[in-house]
Amino acid sequence: MTTPAGSPQHDWHDVRLHVVTGKGGTGKTTVAAALALALASGGKRTLLTEVEGRQGIAQLFDSPPLPYEERKVAVAPRGGDVFALAIDPEEALLEYLEMFYNMRRAGRVLKRLGAIDFATTIAPGLRDVLLTGKVKESVTRGRRGGPQYDAVVLDAPPTGRIARFLNVNAEVAGLARMGPVKNQADSVMDLLRSPRTAVHVVTILEEMPVQETIDGVRELEEADLPVGAVIVNMTRTPLLSAADLARAAAGDVDREELSRGLKAAGIEAGPSVVGGLTAEAVEHARRVQLEERERDELAELERPTYELPLLADSVDLGGLYHLAESLIEQGAA
Amino acid sequence: MNGKPPTLDVDHMLDSAEIVVCCGAGGVGKTTTAAALALRAAERGRRTVVMTIDPAKRLAQSMGLNELTNEPSVVEGVDTAAGGELQAMMLDMKRTFDELVISHSDPQRAEQILANPFYVALSNSFAGTQEYMAMEKLGQLKRDGDWDLIVVDTPPSRSALDFLDAPQRMSGFLEGRLIRILLAPAKAGGKAYLKFISVGVNMITDLLNRLLGAQALKDLSRFVSSFESIFGGFQERAERTYALLQQPGTSFLVVAAPERDALREASYFAERLEDEEMPLAGLVLNRVHSTAVPRLSPERALAGAEALEEAEEEPLAAAVLRVHADRAGAALRDRRMRDRFTSAHPGVAVVEVAAQAGDVHDLDGLRIIGADLAAGAPAAMPTAG
Repeated sequence: MTTPAGSPQHDWHDVRLHVVTGKGGTGKTTVAAALALALASGGKRTLLTEVEGRQGIAQLFDSPPLPYEERKVAVAPRGGDVFALAIDPEEALLEYLEMFYNMRRAGRVLKRLGAIDFATTIAPGLRDVLLTGKVKESVTRGRRGGPQYDAVVLDAPPTGRIARFLNVNAEVAGLARMGPVKNQADSVMDLLRSPRTAVHVVTILEEMPVQETIDGVRELEEADLPVGAVIVNMTRTPLLSAADLARAAAGDVDREELSRGLKAAGIEAGPSVVGGLTAEAVEHARRVQLEERERDELAELERPTYELPLLADSVDLGGLYHLAESLIEQGAA
Repeated sequence: MNGKPPTLDVDHMLDSAEIVVCCGAGGVGKTTTAAALALRAAERGRRTVVMTIDPAKRLAQSMGLNELTNEPSVVEGVDTAAGGELQAMMLDMKRTFDELVISHSDPQRAEQILANPFYVALSNSFAGTQEYMAMEKLGQLKRDGDWDLIVVDTPPSRSALDFLDAPQRMSGFLEGRLIRILLAPAKAGGKAYLKFISVGVNMITDLLNRLLGAQALKDLSRFVSSFESIFGGFQERAERTYALLQQPGTSFLVVAAPERDALREASYFAERLEDEEMPLAGLVLNRVHSTAVPRLSPERALAGAEALEEAEEEPLAAAVLRVHADRAGAALRDRRMRDRFTSAHPGVAVVEVAAQAGDVHDLDGLRIIGADLAAGAPAAMPTAG
């Protein structure tokens, strides 16, 4: 029996594997971690995994580098546990050899010879088969009659490479047409193409990341991979009223009104202060306008969309909980 | 508390260097920085070529690049009054690799290699191929071209260090023990060695057979044996390009944004360059926030905004004060980030580039960034792009 993670009626009820992708610099790892926290809230158990050898999870949770071992890294809001695992393709291959061929010792010898490095780096697609295979194993692994984890969150490769990474089948087709690698790839694809998987794309409201999001979603759809939500990270609330925003964006700020207000607030309102603040307001308004345009572009994707605020300081554990709560409130978990 | 870092004289560097390499983690504006530097150098009178890797479409178009091109082409719209010019290219990794194979083997063998699935994987997706080919192309440009200055953008690696490590990793791999073992039956040495070798070979062939099947194994051994003849060339070229990077005419610029992860990468990279005795010119800090009214602190602005909001008056001033508080706060945070880097690397010069309002996709935008780079610090007010 699968117990739904997070709040009882969230948008991804049947999803067991949440793949989180996004362009570099959009906060993909942070969002993946917040999602793992959100999905664990209320007494659930989630696994947060990474596959790029960056140790981004450890840095985020301020813990020492993760070994190839599932470790508890955080307690979720209202109870619940988040475990983390940094998947290393070499270790995954050794584990695989042991599991299926009882070849672990041989594996060590092979590793010394560089054969494991060879297999995981050059054999076309094998690396991705191993990485996604381990993810799949953690999704399907049982414990006391149920799955070990209510949900698995994968901090996946960036948008530009995601469809290729998940489409292990196609990758492997050029290499192995039969045998265990092919079988493994097929079983991974079954999970990845099923409604139990959702691929979420993280973006920020800037031109390039939004364009990559749109391209990425299209690629995922073409590869028959289940697109999940668009998660807009680091959003800012417009500070000026709609009317003032429109005027400021056109370069028009009422300096007299501003200077009167500054005086009322007890702030010296000389021409350089008023001029400087005016310029800042104009820039803010133009940025808000630009963000609105990007938001409209994203809306055309017609995917469930969540927005996460820009945190004032760089993300710490407190910030992660804040983002997790925000995801829960919006129904993402 | 912290001293100001030394300032990098960008114009001096652009006027005198032969190679400028821009490196750094992905997503920090590396390509834009490389393009802006190259444009500025060209307009200061140098015959310049910029090699970009995977640029954003509109940035590429601004330089007249519509597709991958392994041959540099002239960028239109550059001011050549000072006698310089700008050419640009977008690295075609696969084609560079193919050309390398073709130039190192006879046509028949080249054809075999190019069709081998292992080669196809290696040339398309091996982590490090792009870095290796960037190095290869740099070596070619240096050898064949008639440039005053070559500006190189490095691949969007997951880590800034990949650029330095990948070429060695790749040639190490191609010349590694495994490859020799796979080739060993043909040319074995002593008896003990032979025994060790055959154990290794059996194990490997057994493993690969079980995992991939016999056809794949056949492809692999064909790949290895047909590739053997060009291994030596690889190692030698990688070493030569490495040596090139250590010469005084080369300047490395580490590009970062004032964010924790990006600066951590920049730190690693600065240390690594020092270890390798490669010339680090400085850190380019992109997307730095600044404020037009530095003497109005974020706290004071926020207090003013709150007072007005409480009194329910002057909503425009209250909102503008909040805008300023955000902005000045971001500027302070960025400053702290920079100071933290500088206290760890007091000798590394830093240039700051203002956060741009929008993406850069024309030469004018690049000129603004170039001017910022040369000024060493953003103008008090960033220019809307």
